[in-house]
Amino acid sequence: MSEFQQKCSLVGRDRLADDVYRLTLQAPRIAAHAQPGQFVMVRVSDGLDPLLRRPFSIHRVFANGDISLLFKIIGKGTEMLAHCCLGDELDLVGPLGNGFVLPDEGPVCLIGGGMGIAPLLFLAEQLHMTGRETGNDYVLLGARTQDELTPLDEEFAALGYTVQRATDDGSIGHKGFIPDLLDFILPEMTQVYTCGPHLMMENVVRQCRQAEVKCQVSLETHMACGIGACLGCTVNGKRGLVHVCKQGPVFKAENLEWSLE
Amino acid sequence: MRESYGEGTGCPENCNAPDLRVQIGSLVLRNPVMTASGTFGYAREFENLVDLDQLGGIIVKGISLQPKPGNPPPRIVETSCGMLNAIGLENVGVDRFISGKMPYLRKLSTPVVVNILGDSVEEYSEIARKLDGVEGVAALEVNISCPNVKKGGVAFGTVPEMAARVTEAVRQASQLPLIVKLSPNVTDIVLMAKAVEGAGADAVSLINTLIGMAIDPVSRRPKLANVIGGLSGPAIKPVALRMVWQVAQAVSLPVIGIGGITTANDALEFFLAGATAVQVGTANFYDPSSTGNIVQGLKGYLQEQGEDRLVDIIGTLKIGTD
Ligand SMILES: Cc1cc2nc3c(=O)[nH]c(=O)nc-3n(C[C@H](O)[C@H](O)[C@H](O)COP(=O)(O)OP(=O)(O)OC[C@H]3O[C@@H](n4cnc5c(N)ncnc54)[C@H](O)[C@@H]3O)c2cc1C
Ligand SMILES: Cc1cc2nc3c(=O)[nH]c(=O)nc-3n(C[C@H](O)[C@H](O)[C@H](O)COP(=O)(O)O)c2cc1C
Ligand code: FES
Repeated sequence: MSEFQQKCSLVGRDRLADDVYRLTLQAPRIAAHAQPGQFVMVRVSDGLDPLLRRPFSIHRVFANGDISLLFKIIGKGTEMLAHCCLGDELDLVGPLGNGFVLPDEGPVCLIGGGMGIAPLLFLAEQLHMTGRETGNDYVLLGARTQDELTPLDEEFAALGYTVQRATDDGSIGHKGFIPDLLDFILPEMTQVYTCGPHLMMENVVRQCRQAEVKCQVSLETHMACGIGACLGCTVNGKRGLVHVCKQGPVFKAENLEWSLE
Repeated sequence: MRESYGEGTGCPENCNAPDLRVQIGSLVLRNPVMTASGTFGYAREFENLVDLDQLGGIIVKGISLQPKPGNPPPRIVETSCGMLNAIGLENVGVDRFISGKMPYLRKLSTPVVVNILGDSVEEYSEIARKLDGVEGVAALEVNISCPNVKKGGVAFGTVPEMAARVTEAVRQASQLPLIVKLSPNVTDIVLMAKAVEGAGADAVSLINTLIGMAIDPVSRRPKLANVIGGLSGPAIKPVALRMVWQVAQAVSLPVIGIGGITTANDALEFFLAGATAVQVGTANFYDPSSTGNIVQGLKGYLQEQGEDRLVDIIGTLKIGTD
């Protein structure tokens, strides 16, 4: 596996909602090697505070060597990132982690909650590019409100996926949670890919287990290095601790400990 | 702020570039910039990001007799200009280190120093014995200073007699150059340094992490599952520098400076304070290119200062008016 440390120029900056941004960076070497589900570690400032890089999923990869990140402002690192200007250079390390295992057969369902949508668009594009028939594939997206879903939901729909939405406030789609939508769809599916809040993923995993459908989950933990050196990013796996940055961030659900019961 | 002796100021190998070589016991390093234990994995993790053959030395993750699973998550927290960790010395154990990690490490041209730790004096000497004679192991660094283990560890690093006993035991078990890594979590670090000097250490390295903690006011819970952890990064540099300066004046062993080093200027502060070499720790996480930049920056500094050899600036701190 190859990973690079690269200074990347900011070529696109879109504000999708109040606190949700999409940045596009020139990162040819990272783009050339990236797989859906992989992430980058971003240095948000040249200074020493914040000190650590911030992990972000690779949201999109373009043929010209650009990549996009999708993120929400939650603290000082993402705040600084949101204030970057076009032409600024950001120091990235990537692509990191293992990525999703693409399906042998279909149909599949992609389930994203909140910023968990980020890696799924790259996955959806990749599945689409492999020439696969996406007509029977589903994308379920959940967010607090409509603003956080557009234009992302339309981008999935444009690739031919059947998109269903759930919002906490009911401003678009189902009012409530994604797992509510899943019951109807799951019997048709061969595999589920999910990324989002832990509680949501836990519910998705439980449903998949009941329906005996394979499930891959992408996890978040606090990371210092992103490359397997600090051993800080552990979570409980079925057979002892696992390191999310190296063995993940994507795992087969059955290899992790879930507090399901 | 940008490094003032940054990239590009170095001289190509064949011109009369400044001599960065330093010596730690019988071990000669091509340059004084090493990677600190626990922050560089077993080196391979960095192979795509760092030219491993350009480092002065590689200190691998602390190794114990038996494999250790480490502490439960969360294990790391960011703090102002630093981080807390409570990894708990997760490692593969000495046997799997020798069979699984050494074959890669011994192919490098850079000296590999193995950081060792134990729950008892006997464990330390047994690990040392197992590593003695293993091809590619250039030296041992004895960690008597990890704040994240419950048994023994703390006493070894805080009681001079205990530190001396561990040092003697390892000295007897191994022919390798012996570096003892000191804890800053003591009243008088000079006493510790003198104790291990008397017990046969070839060098001391300092500092390990400072014990700290962080609390989430919303949940009213500690941010680390282990409650307390070790503070590292730029935040600890002034403390490390002070301790290196005090110890360098008090012992005649080479002192290796560790703590918050990111740039050549950081490293220079340690050399002026009396360090013979430095280790870069947390900086590897947020800037894998820092070790390379430090080496280049040191060359640039020496050239600008009209110095031919790095060793000539060690301990040249000026105090007072003359
Ligand atoms: C593999 C991976 C992929 C991710 N992808 C995305 C993405 O595509 N879009 C997105 O919006 N967010 C993503 N995240 C979460 C993102 O890294 C955090 O939101 C971000 O680090 C917060 O930084 P901050 O400085 O704003 O927050 P602060 O709270 O100020 O950060 C303090 C520390 O906590 C860490 N931290 C805080 N929240 C999280 C979190 N949820 N997960 C991990 N570490 C956290 C920070 O990295 C930092 O070290 C991802 C996390 C991981 C591990
Ligand atoms: C995540 C992490 C793990 C560490 N593990 C070890 C270890 O196994 N053995 C050891 O002697 N020191 C260990 N240390 C301490 C470092 O080697 C170093 O002494 C300390 O971090 C201070 O240097 P820095 O500020 O440059 O990071 C660890 C530090 C960190 C941050
Ligand atoms: S983030 Fe450092 S090991 Fe995973």
